[in-house]
Amino acid sequence: MNSWRNIKTITKRELKAYFASPVAYVFIVIFLLLNGFFTFMVGGFFERGEASLSASFFLWHPWFYLFLVPAVGMRLWADERRVGTLELLLTMPIAPWEAIVGKFAASWLFLGLALLLTFPVVLTVNYLGSPDNGVIFAAYLGSWLMAGAYLAVSCITSAITRSQVVSFIISVVACLFLILAGFPPVINLLQNLTHNWQWLVDVITSFSVITHFEGFQKGVLDSRDIIFFLSVIGFSLFTTSVILRTHRTT
Amino acid sequence: MIKVENLTKLFGAKRAVDGISFTVQRGEVLGFLGPNGAGKSTTMRMITGFIPPTSGTVTIGGHDMLENPIPAKKLIGYLPENAPAYTDMTVYGFLDFAAAIRGLSGEAKKQAINRAVGLCFLQSVLHQNIETLSKGYRHRTCFAQSIIHDPDILILDEPTDGLDPNQKHEIRQLIRRMGETKAIIFSTHILEEVDAVCTRAVIIDRGRIVANGTPHELRAKSEWAGAVTLRVNGISSAELNGKLNGLRGARKVATATDGTRVTVTVFPRVAGDGDLTREVIAATSGWQVEDLRTEEGRLDEVFRSITLPDTAGKEAKL
Repeated sequence: MNSWRNIKTITKRELKAYFASPVAYVFIVIFLLLNGFFTFMVGGFFERGEASLSASFFLWHPWFYLFLVPAVGMRLWADERRVGTLELLLTMPIAPWEAIVGKFAASWLFLGLALLLTFPVVLTVNYLGSPDNGVIFAAYLGSWLMAGAYLAVSCITSAITRSQVVSFIISVVACLFLILAGFPPVINLLQNLTHNWQWLVDVITSFSVITHFEGFQKGVLDSRDIIFFLSVIGFSLFTTSVILRTHRTT
Repeated sequence: MIKVENLTKLFGAKRAVDGISFTVQRGEVLGFLGPNGAGKSTTMRMITGFIPPTSGTVTIGGHDMLENPIPAKKLIGYLPENAPAYTDMTVYGFLDFAAAIRGLSGEAKKQAINRAVGLCFLQSVLHQNIETLSKGYRHRTCFAQSIIHDPDILILDEPTDGLDPNQKHEIRQLIRRMGETKAIIFSTHILEEVDAVCTRAVIIDRGRIVANGTPHELRAKSEWAGAVTLRVNGISSAELNGKLNGLRGARKVATATDGTRVTVTVFPRVAGDGDLTREVIAATSGWQVEDLRTEEGRLDEVFRSITLPDTAGKEAKL
């Protein structure tokens, strides 16, 4: 019960900090502009004539997140260490994992809010046709979970370094791996290189967010996909705690 | 309230803190002195549970900091070096967060914030962003955070660093007042603060305690303790020197001439020798003495003689 209150206090502070600076608003505007542009101009939403969002809207999310999520996550720990507030935070009567979860939750909620603000596209598709809203809901859920996985990876890179820029770059590279592992051209290349050792290709592609996001886009809530995203988050947050502890002992 | 036993911290091969032990009771204000890089901040970080010691124990109000950190941390208010604060928040928002994370809510939280704001004179900047504050205000904001839950124990790392003389005075008054009911450790390298605030002082050098006592006891270690300084008119320094050097209790005599006046200091053979003053007064009868006083001893001189210069290794950066 106490942990819950501590996490809530930290989450609240983080969220307030987001909206106290223009960064949050800039982020949301860019995210929405990108979504609008890619859905209607590049994704050819109108030309398709389908009452669906998968091919025109959700398709782009893994790529938007590649740059936008590390931008949200880069300051999480790097800034605390640079300014010295980490010392304050970790000498408060709270467990370190509560701080880690609280800060992560704030950023994840923030990303969720940005995602929710894309609702006009849902209204549009419902106005023009009669899509399966269940599928759309599942895809939103998948998109949010995917953002969480990216964010947790950014948590690690943010804990590694004091510099936000370094954190951003490492985290983009790490997230790029998560995407490329399931990107068709890369799968083809892997198959050629490994002379069709299908099991190795399967292992690598199973790490890809694209593979796991596909199910959601089709409206399938597969427990394996949900577990994949949640375990990436869990593992990354645990790694973050180990890194933070290492900084303090050496 | 605070018990530190054999505290040791290694950074790689460097012994930042090397077997430090001491206790602080309620009602005591312990001054932590030492050159830069002596291990003051590292020791405080271990006491507050920010970094774990390589060996040794910290016990806060009966709770072991390593095994039972949460109840131990509840008792402590901590002002880290450089007074960090969340710069993207207002002063009120920051204190509100500090109070909430200390478990305060509702009316109690409001009162706690008001109290801390009053004690640290923050009313005028309450709704200003911390980023826009001057260093003194920022420092006091972080100080307010450390006393928000009225803790039994205060650990203050250079609480007066970067403040102007008036602010320094206010903070010292505050520390002394709070020291009557709390156990306080504060580090400084301003020696006058030790006299102004501390009931006891510990001097650390290269990770070890090299002196531990009341300011008075520390001063008595100085060669100046019990020295007699007098200003005399119309007598040559050579003559003075000869007469005073002959005194039984005098170890050495230093003179300085300023026109017709001579200022002379007689150092005692035994530090803190009270008889020397009487001897000097007896010897000077008939001279035109303008000023005569007995020195209490000088902390800076004690400090310099027992700590070595150039220990300025880098303090651990996190």
